Amino acid sequence: MSRRARFVWFWLATTLIVAFSPVASLAAGESIGGKLIQTVGEEKSPVEGVTIVVSLEGAEVGSGESIADGTWEIPVPGSGIYQVRLDTTTLPDGIGLTDPTKEELDEVTVREGQAKKVIFPLGEGTVSSTSAYERVGALLISGLKLGAIIALCAVGLSLVYGVTGLVNFAHAEMVTLGAVAAYFFHASPAGPEWPLVIAAIPAILVGAGFGWAQEQGLWKPLRIRNTGLIAMMVVSIGLSFAVRHIILIIFGGEPRAYPDFAGQPPIEILGISVVPKNLITIGVALLVLAAVGLFLQKSRAGTAMRAVSDDADLAESSGIDVNRVILITWMLAGGLAALGGIFFGLNEAVQWDMGFSLLLLIFAAVVLGGLGTAYGAMVGGFVVGVAVEMSTLFVPNELKTAVGLAVLILMLLVRPQGLFGTKERIG
Amino acid sequence: MDWGSVFIDGILATIGPVTAAYAISAIGLNLQFGYAGLLNFGHVAFMLVGAYGMAITVDFGGPLWLGVIVGVIVAAFLGFLLGLPTLRLRADYLAITTIAAAEVIRLVARSSWAEPLTNGVFGIQGFADSFFSINPFPPAELYGIGSLVVTGRKLWVMIVGWTIAALLTLLIRRLINSPWGRVLKAIREDEDATTSLGKNVFAYKLQALMIGGAIGGIAGMLLAIEQQNVTPDAYLPQVTFILYVIVILGGAGTILGPIVGAVVFQFLFFTIDALMVNTQANIDWVGDLLTPAAAGQVKLVLVGIGMMVLMVFRPQGILGSREEALIDER
Repeated sequence: MSRRARFVWFWLATTLIVAFSPVASLAAGESIGGKLIQTVGEEKSPVEGVTIVVSLEGAEVGSGESIADGTWEIPVPGSGIYQVRLDTTTLPDGIGLTDPTKEELDEVTVREGQAKKVIFPLGEGTVSSTSAYERVGALLISGLKLGAIIALCAVGLSLVYGVTGLVNFAHAEMVTLGAVAAYFFHASPAGPEWPLVIAAIPAILVGAGFGWAQEQGLWKPLRIRNTGLIAMMVVSIGLSFAVRHIILIIFGGEPRAYPDFAGQPPIEILGISVVPKNLITIGVALLVLAAVGLFLQKSRAGTAMRAVSDDADLAESSGIDVNRVILITWMLAGGLAALGGIFFGLNEAVQWDMGFSLLLLIFAAVVLGGLGTAYGAMVGGFVVGVAVEMSTLFVPNELKTAVGLAVLILMLLVRPQGLFGTKERIG
Repeated sequence: MDWGSVFIDGILATIGPVTAAYAISAIGLNLQFGYAGLLNFGHVAFMLVGAYGMAITVDFGGPLWLGVIVGVIVAAFLGFLLGLPTLRLRADYLAITTIAAAEVIRLVARSSWAEPLTNGVFGIQGFADSFFSINPFPPAELYGIGSLVVTGRKLWVMIVGWTIAALLTLLIRRLINSPWGRVLKAIREDEDATTSLGKNVFAYKLQALMIGGAIGGIAGMLLAIEQQNVTPDAYLPQVTFILYVIVILGGAGTILGPIVGAVVFQFLFFTIDALMVNTQANIDWVGDLLTPAAAGQVKLVLVGIGMMVLMVFRPQGILGSREEALIDER
């Protein structure tokens, strides 16, 4: 092969890597891999989504996540002695290393061309639900927890839709931004390292500020230009895509956990073992949602919001400052989404695309309750959360998001205006 | 850094098979978004099911031509499934459902549950041997002028890809200038008026979604054939957004828009990437600020920003006319 030809091949390969980076990493060559299996008594089950980091002389050379069947594989640059570390913060609740000192294996020798296998034995960290009652109870709790998070995020999306008619696809990034901001104030060495409970306050303000900035800098000027709704939705998805990747550049691709409340030991309630932070998530979310409900019913701004949502022109002619109401709605939506994001990060992990992965469930909740209805979005959130978690009794865990889509499509077929919506909204 | 070779690489990327596949996929999206005003935010799903339809058929012992037919049919059928519950409703519902479906379909394809069919994350390889066996060019031979050279293997995929793109462009021109196409544009401009003229708006929209989806399926198959490989993670959501930039850049609702958009986009995308990687490596403060991986992400940020800026300031793109571009007032 001539140099030119080799060059062309090299170029071909790099273009493909650029275009489809996850594919190329599976190419042959030296690698370290294994299979994560949790053993509880006689039962063995694969563990998904656990991050494993490979380093060479202290410098990270690669990382990967275990997939659905528990396997993981990380390509390494060549033969040598590597350190392999299992990121214990990414272990699901209730699963731990059988030998906690074996978090890092520091002399893993890889020969030329070898696909080295290493083992991290996993056992029950603390929990093992075995009876059907315990299993259903635990799923119900985690469903309510997921539902609380979805509901917090969905209310804002629905309110914004109500007052502006726009489905904001960048809502997912408000969720991520809240979680990432909380991480900055809480755990980043560059930040003030406040406790999470305190760090949540500026993070929510950052979320509200993002909502304010979006409305003032983008959506209001577009409304003044009379931009069509389809064009606005395209703009919102462009914004979502840009912000998501800016977060990726700044925050990095690794999932990270908040140090506070990590690895909380579960407590037992009515025979069901529950991690206290799940209960706190549900409780705080319910309080906040009740406060939002009161705000909408009793306060002047809330009443104005509902009026604009009903009929913007009529509201304007009766003296309501519509632009101000829309601005308040955006800030409220941003703050609620940020709070939802913090809870999501607390219970799972903070990651650059966490909001996008939640977006489908948020949409399902909003459509279920009825686009534009705040209370519908709350109820929809809890229904979707519980339905998705409970569905794992019947479908494999990795397909549970598909249940969200099924709920969405079924609802559109049966009652497109949603549980609480009115007919004229839909079309 | 040798800018001459970067330029050559840029040109090669621009005329390569990946661009042809993007152009084809954009033709499908343009029919849906540009002509019918349908917001399909999950176009990549059509490419995925098309590619998998073909690969699975061949994997189970079918010939490649049958796989291609299966791929087209399943892609069109996906359009039917997604359109049925949503196209009677406001435009938002299609957007929500398609973006959700695209992610779910990818997750299902990579799940261990679907492994007997899709082989999970590892995907299916080596299904296009019969395509390359009829390649008239010796695969390792080099063709081209000066330093602009491609291998015979690649030339074959390029020729087939761009021929399909040209044929589909002609087909779309035929369709759009037919009564069917005029009704479609009428729906985009004013759905109620079209309904009142006795047209079945729902059926037209569904047909546009299905045809556009089938074209997307063809693009997915071309990509899969080019690499002899189909894996779920080649069909990330970003592909859809790249296609939107291509369609809007070229001019939504124009015949040649997708092809012009794909060519211009790929050249810019490649050049910006080369520029960023070079800057990251050679300018110290940028190198301190960005890791090599992050420098590679900058182009995706620009895709998002490009989508917004184009839609706001030049919705008609390079080729479109201002009047036609003011899609929808609903």
